[in-house]
Amino acid sequence: MARAQADMPADGGAGDARTVSAKPAALLDEGQLDDLPQRVVAARVGTLARLREIWLAHELLVFLVRKELKVRYKNSFLGFLWSFLNPAMVLLIYFVMFRYILKNGISDFAVYLMCGLLPWNLFNTALLSSSGTLVAHAGIVKKVAFPREILALTQVGVAACYFFFQSCILVVFLLGFHVMPSWQYFPVMLLALVCDLVFTAALALALSALNVYMRDIEHLIQVVMVALFFAEPIVYTWNNLGSRLGKHGLVWLYLLNPLTSIVISFQRFIFGNVPGSQGVLATYPQSFYYELLAIVLGVSFVLLYLASLLFRRVEGNFAEEL
Amino acid sequence: MSAAVIEVREVSKRFRLYQEKYTSLKERLLHAGRVPYSDFWALRDIEIDVAPGETLGILGRNGCGKSTLLKCIAGILKPTNGEIRLRGNLAAMLELGAGFQPELSGRENIYLNASLLGMPRREIDKRFDEIVAFAELEEFIDNQVRFYSSGMYVRLGFAVAVNVDPHILLVDEVLAVGDERFQQKCMQRIHDFQNEGRTIVVVSHAADTMRQLCNRVMVMDAGQIVTVAPPGEAIRSFREVLLDLGENTAAIPPVAPQEPATDGTVAAAQLDGVVQPAAPQPPVRKVRLSGARVETTTDRPHLYPGEPACVVVEADVTEPLHGVALGCSVWGSNGSLIFDRDGEAMTLPAGRSTLRFRFASIPLLDGSYSVNLRVQDPGGGAVHARLEPAVSLVVENPGTSTGMVALPLSLEIEHEHRPGDPPA
Repeated sequence: MARAQADMPADGGAGDARTVSAKPAALLDEGQLDDLPQRVVAARVGTLARLREIWLAHELLVFLVRKELKVRYKNSFLGFLWSFLNPAMVLLIYFVMFRYILKNGISDFAVYLMCGLLPWNLFNTALLSSSGTLVAHAGIVKKVAFPREILALTQVGVAACYFFFQSCILVVFLLGFHVMPSWQYFPVMLLALVCDLVFTAALALALSALNVYMRDIEHLIQVVMVALFFAEPIVYTWNNLGSRLGKHGLVWLYLLNPLTSIVISFQRFIFGNVPGSQGVLATYPQSFYYELLAIVLGVSFVLLYLASLLFRRVEGNFAEEL
Repeated sequence: MSAAVIEVREVSKRFRLYQEKYTSLKERLLHAGRVPYSDFWALRDIEIDVAPGETLGILGRNGCGKSTLLKCIAGILKPTNGEIRLRGNLAAMLELGAGFQPELSGRENIYLNASLLGMPRREIDKRFDEIVAFAELEEFIDNQVRFYSSGMYVRLGFAVAVNVDPHILLVDEVLAVGDERFQQKCMQRIHDFQNEGRTIVVVSHAADTMRQLCNRVMVMDAGQIVTVAPPGEAIRSFREVLLDLGENTAAIPPVAPQEPATDGTVAAAQLDGVVQPAAPQPPVRKVRLSGARVETTTDRPHLYPGEPACVVVEADVTEPLHGVALGCSVWGSNGSLIFDRDGEAMTLPAGRSTLRFRFASIPLLDGSYSVNLRVQDPGGGAVHARLEPAVSLVVENPGTSTGMVALPLSLEIEHEHRPGDPPA
């Protein structure tokens, strides 16, 4: 009370909005004030400013990814072990199916399948979960200020973790089968992984933002993903479609899908040394893979930029729309 | 000069109110480009600077835009026009424990929540024990939050928020959490913040909290600033806004700037909490108060404590008013209410009457007090006429007592003389 009374000037009103009636204890001198981090809230945000904000929130990204991983298997008996158990069992099923029941003449078809599934699963799980993530986290979007892109990127991060778990399982299988990857293609695979991450992040950002306004996207994406799954040589071989299109000079149509380039790069690296892989994989020189992936990476970054523009364009109303 | 930590520049926020909300793809396509909506400006050209170390209160009734403004400052909503410049870290307490994961333990939630509020990991490590101690949850910190009681939940939320160490703290009516003791603790924490020179913006419609906390109070109505003034004065004008039934509309902009663009009614769910119900039409004025004056028993320009006073006012009545109450309130110079009373129902005959509000004694100490008069339906009903301030009473205290009220105090010593005591 004493405080309030002490501050009473004779008159006040809208006119003295700019003056301060009290002389509060100073935490900062005038000079220090300018050293503090500045932030501007306005309808438009610059790309660089936003990138900085996202970078500052990288620890939050880590916490959120960890939370997602923890919560998924929380209260289950095996807990975190499921992250490894799940891909191992899936791979085992494929192995049994294609070795003994669905024989298709390709040796180690289960491994071939996993080569394509690795980058596909990253793309697939990230998009399925990120499209609904803003709606699912409406509570914090409405009440806490942080760069919302983090929520979509978290789902990409979670998918990347699963990618890692699946890779570990695949390595174990490769050792068991005595399959050696063709190491000269290792950089190709790494580049393909970067492409996969950037491309996925771009679509994740765009879809998560649009889903706030059109909730169908969450459901539509599930169907689209099933169709898209068959647009790359994952369950079938390059020869099934790529070679045939190549005869008509239409292979570019096939490669228009960035995932095709990514998938064949993974297959080249992991499956390249398997006997009989020549009739299964695309037969391009190594330089071709680099060119292909360079284009994909360029396109993915452009998409990422556009997606972040879109995201910033519509995010101002997230808190109301949710 | 850039001496402000928060600069709000011509900030406006428009909400689109859709008559139907089309959130599915099919509906969007079917209604592409012709979704009926109306614009609602929740904020209009707000300009305010908040100086470092200042505590600014934002006062207003429901839907006046105060929370929207706070959300804009926090960066949760983006203003449609204008910009807000902030210097320093900001923590917003809009909802305590927003983003708590029930499946995770209290420990994990502290890290997650503090990180959401922008606290670096090292900092969380350092302050972790402090947070837990403040929330008084030492025993339960490794339990899943879903087993927490609601009190424990908000305590944890508050503890995290105040330990983020912000330069700017935004608070939205969340101070009333936990039991009374914890509330005091929260209040103490806020006072510590003030003493440390941090900047605080508080939103509330509790005038008393405002008076306790703020250096300045901004009163908002219908998305615009009514006044920015020291608490006492601001609270008085807030009361005017609140009580005003159309007499004083000049100061208050119209409620909804735009009617729905197309026919039909605005979706009620959208409007809920954004727009207040249309203000009642001003009643046809049947009575007017004027010429208020004070009659005292002295010829001094001021009173001594305890002297009688009578406030006299002329009432011009166009048609007889039955069952109305003559109300009278006395306010201290800092805007605190000292006395308020609705009289019993009376009849005001048509024509001119003289009304007398007779105080047998004014037991107040030094100060200038304003007296407001009104004619009103009993029980806080519609106000027919008011005069604010009608008169002011100046009291000068020749005695030595200080304070506000001249309590009738007398002193006496009763001495019991026992044998053996030294003689008196």
